[in-house]
Amino acid sequence: MLGLSRNDFLMLLFVLFLVAAAPILLNPFPEGSSLAQFNAGYPDLMQRFLIFGIFAIGFNILFGLTGYLSFGHAAFLGAGSYAGVWMLKLLTINVIPAIIVSTLVAGLFSLAIGYISLRRSGIYFSILTLAFAQMSFALASSVLQPITGGETGLQTNLNDPRILDGANTTGNIPAPSLFGWEMRESMQVPVGDWLWTFNVGYYVCAFILLIAFYISIRIFRSPFGMMLKAIKSNNERLSYTGISPRPYTLAAFVISGMYAGLAGGLMVSMDPLAGSERMQWTASGEVVLMTILGGVGTVLGPVIGAGIIKYFENIFSKINDNLLHGWFSFMPDGLEDFMVAVIHPFVGKGWHLSLGLMFMLAIIFLPGGFVGSLHNVFSRIFRKRAQ
Amino acid sequence: MELSAILLQVLNGLDKGSAYALIALGLTLIFGTLGVVNFAHGALFMIGAFCAVTVQRLLSLSTITIDESKTDFLGKPLQIKTPYVESWFGESVGNALIDWSVPLAIFLTIPVMLIIGFVMERGLIKHFYKRPHSDQILVTFGLAIVLQEIIKAYFGANQIPAPAPSAFIGSFDFGSVIGMGPGKLLYPYWRIVYFCFAMLIIALVFAFLQFTTFGMVVRAGMADRETVGLLGINIDKRFTIMFGIAAAVAGLAGVMYTPINSPSYTSGMDFLVISFVVVVVGGMGSLGGAVLAGFVLGILESFASMREVIEFIPGINQVVIYLAAIVILLARPRGLLGRKGVMES
Amino acid sequence: MTVALEVKGVNKRFGGLQALNDVNLSVDEGRIHAIIGPNGAGKSTLLNTFVGRLKPDSGSVIFDGKNLIGRLPHQINQAGVSRVFQTPEIFADLTVIENVMIPALAHRDGIFELNAFKPLRRETDIRQKAVDVLEDLGMKDKLDMVAASMSRGDKRRLEMAMGLVQEPKLLLLDEPTAGMSRADTNNTIEVLKHIGDSRGITMIIIEHDMHVVFSLADKISVLAQGTVIVEDAPENIKGNVKVQEAYLGGAH
Repeated sequence: MLGLSRNDFLMLLFVLFLVAAAPILLNPFPEGSSLAQFNAGYPDLMQRFLIFGIFAIGFNILFGLTGYLSFGHAAFLGAGSYAGVWMLKLLTINVIPAIIVSTLVAGLFSLAIGYISLRRSGIYFSILTLAFAQMSFALASSVLQPITGGETGLQTNLNDPRILDGANTTGNIPAPSLFGWEMRESMQVPVGDWLWTFNVGYYVCAFILLIAFYISIRIFRSPFGMMLKAIKSNNERLSYTGISPRPYTLAAFVISGMYAGLAGGLMVSMDPLAGSERMQWTASGEVVLMTILGGVGTVLGPVIGAGIIKYFENIFSKINDNLLHGWFSFMPDGLEDFMVAVIHPFVGKGWHLSLGLMFMLAIIFLPGGFVGSLHNVFSRIFRKRAQ
Repeated sequence: MELSAILLQVLNGLDKGSAYALIALGLTLIFGTLGVVNFAHGALFMIGAFCAVTVQRLLSLSTITIDESKTDFLGKPLQIKTPYVESWFGESVGNALIDWSVPLAIFLTIPVMLIIGFVMERGLIKHFYKRPHSDQILVTFGLAIVLQEIIKAYFGANQIPAPAPSAFIGSFDFGSVIGMGPGKLLYPYWRIVYFCFAMLIIALVFAFLQFTTFGMVVRAGMADRETVGLLGINIDKRFTIMFGIAAAVAGLAGVMYTPINSPSYTSGMDFLVISFVVVVVGGMGSLGGAVLAGFVLGILESFASMREVIEFIPGINQVVIYLAAIVILLARPRGLLGRKGVMES
Repeated sequence: MTVALEVKGVNKRFGGLQALNDVNLSVDEGRIHAIIGPNGAGKSTLLNTFVGRLKPDSGSVIFDGKNLIGRLPHQINQAGVSRVFQTPEIFADLTVIENVMIPALAHRDGIFELNAFKPLRRETDIRQKAVDVLEDLGMKDKLDMVAASMSRGDKRRLEMAMGLVQEPKLLLLDEPTAGMSRADTNNTIEVLKHIGDSRGITMIIIEHDMHVVFSLADKISVLAQGTVIVEDAPENIKGNVKVQEAYLGGAH
């Protein structure tokens, strides 16, 4: 179906279900309960899951298949973001041109950087991409201020030209929309003690993620995808087989750059503000972590990895001492204070500590990432049964 | 451009270049011996810097006596702090000890960093020799975050000043010494100290590798680990020690850098990325290359931050290191002094 | 008879060692040409200059009217020259069938083809070709095995399959039977003979095993100390004094 094998089609359906039902699935705790803090079903966070999911899916096409580790993909996300905001400013507040143009701009940008960086391999390639991205970041926050808004960032204004729909607006700055549906619009559905929020922007992201995911499966299962795996496995042999590895790697680089640009375009479509920090190496590092944590070279891994990291970032950083006291209030006072003191460094402002520990534990105990490890566990179980 | 201005930029580049060179040297030692890409190396630099803060705080620990006869600006009785070291060794010796807390911190840094290095290698890195480089990068990156956050939890997020001894405050007038006229070429004393210190450490590391049996075995191991193992030499133990030494070099670079740049928990990360660029530009696995590239990039950075240069090419000061890295890597595929086949796949 | 490959005056020096010294060879089309010689004679070095792995200091290698020297490995392969490596150079992480489909696709699509949307399963022609070759080599039951997990002998047969599936005009075989059992060796000889006869592929084979050489070769060149000392039909090689000298003398 859709050119997919049965298993892949089922996986696509699974992702479709997860994504469509996320506003319900991610809010398992009743509103106002002490565990409501762990609910992730609010639009802003769910949009992030999907947008970074797209970013990681694309990154995996390069890193997962060819093994070329880019430390500069945030530059493409940033370039896409700027292009997207400019479209919203100059052309129309409708998000479609913004999303398309940001993908294309990032594609061109990655073609130029990839063409040069791919002259080297291994760590030399990684450092070249890092250098290009850091340069882009430095220039975006200083010299290129007229285009990028410098350190304050680039955002939409009321008096933007908006050639197609500029005349219709007075009053507030218009919010990005899709043919009149504003991205920030939400429908809230209370069911019993639970509250579910269905957001327009989220479902736009969801639709695009599904397409991006589908394309990625097709690439993985295509002759092109096989060539990319062959590059990772034995680059030199490939050239003695009559294949020139470089155009293949470059194509993978550009495709993953376009995914990054698409993610950037979506990001500004949800919130029309692009800052240069989006291009910094830490942002590039984040997508590497998402991909590895989820499972390099697996189709589903990057989406899961992106979800896990964004969940941690948002939920752990919001837990404060008051909340902790609330959770442990059933304990005797001394013990309560002790528990709060023990957990305190790991949450709130200290959530990075949890993140660091999580990376270490995941890498030590789950080589191959979450999906890779699950796969190993399952295949071990089934092999035993078969015997 | 005047000669004095050029010399000034070279001098200015030396101290940053020294820090780059020291960190890159340690990274290369670890990579060359253990084959591990250590993303936690910047954190080791930062921990070294906080050794200086710790020593400063320890020496400044004081007894508080209350002088009822005087009041402070809030009208409360005046509190007089007397550091223990003053009451133990007399005022002048005590003051001098506090004043010299940064150099004194070296004696704390060396054992602390060696221990951290040994523990890190035996407890964590050891298990990652056979894992892909991406796993090594990720686990050490996670460790770097953890170390950073621990320091933040203890010392807070702000920069903490740790000044140089007062004897080194002020600048040396190179201009009058080399006949350019006074005031033309001023260079802070502490930066001279830092540069000399860095050169000393680099010389010691090279001498250690060059002239001791231990160093000879380590160098042989860097060239061909398996063969050395076959000779019945326990190379692993030596490599653990080398990891400790690399950590100590990073820590020393950090401790002495505190007067130049007040440490905060992020100082390590700021240096880490550039240090990796330095290592790669120098050529993976080449110790000489790491030192050379450290100074070259440090000096280049200092030139690019001259006003005349920025007016000519806006923004160049921010990107010059990366630009240089790109140009060098495209012209010389394996960096300045790199060998073939290291880390290329 | 037309000449498929003409090697003229090829020289290669590594520091103080003259690895190849004015090598001249001509390989007849549709024939199997064996290159033999003592260890260190320069056989593999010579083969490396044919496929773009090494650039000789001087000389030319003319194939199909084109000089191969200075061309990139993938260009040489696309010109119709495939090499079977001595130590298996396979795609260890991929399955056996994928290993063979890659060269088959390269043969059909050229050096680059952005074939990113068609499922691999639907490449039925390519797959069938790969299966056929693997069947010829007795590996039909191992199609979905990961290449890395195979025995050394199987890896060598896989190497061979990767070369054969391209239907090259010229096949270079670097000790194709080294490390194989006698039965596998004989099977390989049969396969090569069959292919040589049925498809008329020109082959250059480097081999130590004289049983293989004399079973297959139409012509033999003997290489010693980087230079061709004799080039003749197999029956004339056996009794040749120069050849005996080279093998025995080389041992001193």
